[in-house]
Amino acid sequence: MSQTAILIRDLGFAWPRQSARCIDIAELKIVAGERVFLHGPSGSGKSTLLGLLGGVAVPQQGDITLLGTDVTRLPGRARDRFRADHIGFLFQQFNLLPWLSALDNVLLPCTFSARRRERTGTDPRAEAARLLSRLDLNTDTWHRPAAELSVGQQQRVAAARALIGRPEILIADEPTSALDAERQQIFVDLLLQETAAVSATLVFVSHDTRLAAHFDRHIALPAINHGAAKEATI
Amino acid sequence: MRAILRLAALSAWSRRLTLGLTLIAIALATTLLLAVERVRVDARQSFTQSVSGVDLVVGARTGSVQLMLYAVFHAGAASNNIRWDSYQALTQHPAVDWSVPLSLGDSHRGFPVLGTEADYFRHFRYGDHEALRFTTGKPFAGVFETVLGSEVAQQLGYALDGAITLSHGLNELGPEHGDKPFRITGILAPTGTPVDRTIHVSLESITALHLDWVGGTPMPGLVIPAEYVAKFDLKPKEITAALLGLKQRSDVFRMQRFINDFRAEPLLGVLPGVALDELWQTVGMIERTLLAISALVVLVGLAGLAATLLAGLNERRRELAILRALGAGPGQIFLMLIAEGVLITTLGALLGFILLSLGSLLAAPWLLERFGVVLGGRWPSREELALIGMVITTGLVASLAPGWRAWRMSLADGLTPRL
Repeated sequence: MSQTAILIRDLGFAWPRQSARCIDIAELKIVAGERVFLHGPSGSGKSTLLGLLGGVAVPQQGDITLLGTDVTRLPGRARDRFRADHIGFLFQQFNLLPWLSALDNVLLPCTFSARRRERTGTDPRAEAARLLSRLDLNTDTWHRPAAELSVGQQQRVAAARALIGRPEILIADEPTSALDAERQQIFVDLLLQETAAVSATLVFVSHDTRLAAHFDRHIALPAINHGAAKEATI
Repeated sequence: MRAILRLAALSAWSRRLTLGLTLIAIALATTLLLAVERVRVDARQSFTQSVSGVDLVVGARTGSVQLMLYAVFHAGAASNNIRWDSYQALTQHPAVDWSVPLSLGDSHRGFPVLGTEADYFRHFRYGDHEALRFTTGKPFAGVFETVLGSEVAQQLGYALDGAITLSHGLNELGPEHGDKPFRITGILAPTGTPVDRTIHVSLESITALHLDWVGGTPMPGLVIPAEYVAKFDLKPKEITAALLGLKQRSDVFRMQRFINDFRAEPLLGVLPGVALDELWQTVGMIERTLLAISALVVLVGLAGLAATLLAGLNERRRELAILRALGAGPGQIFLMLIAEGVLITTLGALLGFILLSLGSLLAAPWLLERFGVVLGGRWPSREELALIGMVITTGLVASLAPGWRAWRMSLADGLTPRL
């Protein structure tokens, strides 16, 4: 388990029409299977860094190597495909399709990524059902449209969707901000447990350090990102 | 592929209200377009088929358009008449199957009076070889009896057995033949042709009316009461024009040459179909106007359509963003957009066509009653199919172009959505 999942080197990025860099990271290395808690105050560049990891934005300098592939060198469409195949995203707003049932929402990555579909085993629906039960979602909610689910239920559907097809990397962007403190901890524990079960690398981003307890490693973004620090002092 | 189409269907269903509105917009645009196009085609058809089943229209030598104008449309005056002898000679020709004389010149409150024979009602055809039908009554039998066109009866409120008097000339204020009233023996069904605006009387009646007239005014001191006219020879001395039907259509050019080379007096024979087409060209402004209206309706209809589609697109943007973030490629997004676009526009166009057919079916009796326009359910013509195609294409472009733009912007939205 010493394989490198995420390797960032000499990374520099500034949003268009902004002179100051908001990301300036000399090096960040995350080993496969590692569960990392990335924290920092608002404006420290958390979302931008995730955007770079996900391939939404292309850095002006440096490179990002995910699972041995330098994604900054990939053309746009290949980058999209790489993301769909290897990265599970868990968004702050869950981003479920409101008109689709919980089960079908979970199955979406298998629709668009053949690799994720193959990695579910023989039956993607059975795997989706298994994940939903593991995340304590009652069977009577599976076939209801996502829009009719409670916030907590939606969040667990989103987590199952990120986990299906065993992506090597799981990126969670403040997924607990809509929950109360007690449920936050329960959810984080569930997520850690499931990530471990599929032996994925987890990057969990939050500003709330109280959740950090069960992670292997804590990274304070301001400590490694000199761009935002510079910006903050200006 | 199937999974994508299923997603497209579910997504469309979730936006059924907006899509329903779009569907209605497309359907209405289609209906409007096709309706205007149909009116345009029908106007032309009903005009060029004002008379059918008549092989030749004969009159004194003049322009063919002018001959049609007065012989068929009863508009304007003939510069010369045909002598009765010449007409008799024509009818004796072996190629002639039937003939109907026409005598014009009088009017009743602005409606032209046509002197003819009862055979007119048997031989005259219009539209797709439709015969004249009587709403009530029967053809005139004797002197001072008349058959009214539907519009005359309706506008002036005349009924069977009513009495009317005619005026001399086509002018509404012309001198009256007040002493010789006509009894209405029949009223014709609407035809959508000049027949509707015509008052039909016998040739003998026309002669009888003018027994005591000379040069367009009553002869001073001479009054021949209606009851004595029968004592006179009422055989007409001349007629204005004649309709000829031939035994064989193939004889039409031979007969036309015979008429045009007629020795006794200069005559002109025209093929009504050809002449009516020619006449339509001269009044082609009508068609061009309708065409311009069509174009405007197309423009407005399609603009409305595009606007409705664009308005619905904001709803999709977030959805496309999420799908792209989950790995949907451009081909898959395109498939979703185009599947929905094709479905909605085709369904809308189909609905529009059904709406039009239903509407014309429901309105058919009324249209026939009021305007004598025969409307039937029919398959779309080639022009109509082209219009439907245009609606579908516009719908597709309007639904795809902004969709594509949304796709290009959607990745950033999908990963860090703004709500």
